[in-house]
Order: sequence, then structure tokens, then C-alpha cells
Amino acid sequence: MMKILVNGAWRETRSAELARALEELGYGTSVVTTAVNGEFVAAGERPGTLLSEGDRLEVLAPMQGG
Amino acid sequence: MLQLYQTQLTSRLMLGTARYPAPAVLADAVRAARAEVVTVSLRRESAGERAGQAFWSLIRELGVRVLPNTAGCHSVKEAVTTAHMAREVFGTSWIKLEVIGEDDTLQPDVFGLVDAARTLCAEGYEVFPYTTEDLVVAERLLAAGCRVLMPWGAPIGSGRGLNNLFGLKALRAHFPEVPLIIDAGLGVPSHAAQALELGFDAVLINTAVAQARDPVQMARAFAQAIEAGLAARAAGPIEPRDLAVPSSPLIGTAFRG
Repeated sequence: MMKILVNGAWRETRSAELARALEELGYGTSVVTTAVNGEFVAAGERPGTLLSEGDRLEVLAPMQGG
Repeated sequence: MLQLYQTQLTSRLMLGTARYPAPAVLADAVRAARAEVVTVSLRRESAGERAGQAFWSLIRELGVRVLPNTAGCHSVKEAVTTAHMAREVFGTSWIKLEVIGEDDTLQPDVFGLVDAARTLCAEGYEVFPYTTEDLVVAERLLAAGCRVLMPWGAPIGSGRGLNNLFGLKALRAHFPEVPLIIDAGLGVPSHAAQALELGFDAVLINTAVAQARDPVQMARAFAQAIEAGLAARAAGPIEPRDLAVPSSPLIGTAFRG
């Protein structure tokens, strides 16, 4: 298991691969966009992106805005 | 018609989507305003709540064009990354670029704004910068590749109207060909009418509609005011004068001479 910071909260994941980690975290079917350690990771790059212990993952979705 | 980059629009009223009492009220307000563009944002999504998914379905059903913002970004890096993420999720190269410099007034950090605009324009984004009425900053934003500017009327959510009339008029006069959209700070429909009368091309309203007692009625009122302001601009308003000028003809006045 690996500890990463997901949207500011510590979570544990089994998979180091971003695409699989997102499924594990419950985002499987959601329209989201991601950044790892402040860098945007496009949806197409998620399968090849490996997470490390302590990484900061942002998972964002559409929201109301002005 | 209003042309923003390659897009032609009929409506001069853009609506923000935040702070409505309920999603259905937002949807009705967008229809009442006859808005063709709404602003949207990105926030952290909870896998359990999936709030973003429900919101996105609602917006897609409205069939309007979205203008994603970078609200809440305080640095160039955050704003540029947020723009990248927004393009992926919303499928548009439009970005309402906000780099906030100061939390009490939510005043733009114009130095960071110009930097971020330069980066994003070079990457092919169609940037709508949230800026002040400063002419020099406006020049730099245009040099960076922006083809639309969004000067503030007053601080976001303040409802104060056009705070610096002199500065805004100077901006309009200096850039007669650049689409200028008043973004932020308007409180009542007369503020919006005034913006159009002064020659601004459109306004973006959020709080003034969303937080009104009846947001749908207020959205309709803004749409009517904007229509009036646009017609007045086209009709050529008179110049204000310091002294009276009689409107009734003086020749033939009774009891004189």
C-alpha cells in the first residue's frame, strides 16, 4: 500500500498507476481532470503515469463559477 | 452581433453559475437572461458526493457555451495548470483568466495575469483576462495575444457598479475595436445599462442575479436593461451640459416683449 495526498487528504492506494489508482479511489466513471504534484496529467497519460509515496494528487471536476 | 475570437454571439449578457439557491433556479435564470455563455469553474471532486458530475449534466442540458475560469488562482503556475485542466474537462480553448493578487478586493495581480496570458495565448488558448481598467496593462494583454478584455466594474460581488467611470471610459475610447466585457461588481440592471450605453460590448453578472431575492426575475431585468443600453448606444446619447437648454421653442413665447 502507498500513501498519497488526494485533494488534500491522505489516502492509501494499492496501485501506483494513476489510472488504476483513480478507479480504486472511486473516480472510475466520473468526468475529472488530474494533476500530480502541481503538474497537469492529461487523461490519455494516466495509464502510464506512476505515483510515488507522498505524491500530491488533485482530482478536479466541473463546478459552479463566476 | 458580438464577435469573441471566432465565435459570434447575439446575447450581451453572460451569467456566472455560482451562489444560486438551487440548480433549478440557475437553469431558469440562464433561460430568462437568454444567456448564450455561462462561466464555470473547477473544484476538488469527492468520489462519494460526485457534486461536479451533477452540475456538469445540468450545464450540458442548457445547451450554452461555457467559459471556464481560473478563479481562486493566486499564481501564474496555478492559473496555467488550471487552464490546462479546464480545457480537457470542458472541451474548449476559452479561458477566463484570473490571477488574484489581493484577497480583500479580489483585485487581479496584473503582472501575473500578463505572464499567464502570454503563456496560454502561445499555447493556442483564447484568453479572456479579468483585469482592471489600467490602459498599460490592457496594452500588455493585447501584446500577449488577448483579443478580448474583461475589465472589472468594481470588486467581485460588491454590487457597486462602475466604480471608476473615468478610467473605464478612457479604456473604451483607447481601444475602440477590442471587445470589452465588464466583469464583476455590478449590482442592479441600471449598472449594466450604463455599461452598454458607454459602449462596452457585454457584461458578466453572477452575484447580482444569483443572490437576488428572485434570481429569475432579476436575470430577466438584466437582459432588458442590456437591451436598452445597447439600443441607446446605437441611438447616440446627448452630451451632458452644466446649464439648462429649453426644450420648448422660444419663438412665439406668450407674454414676452
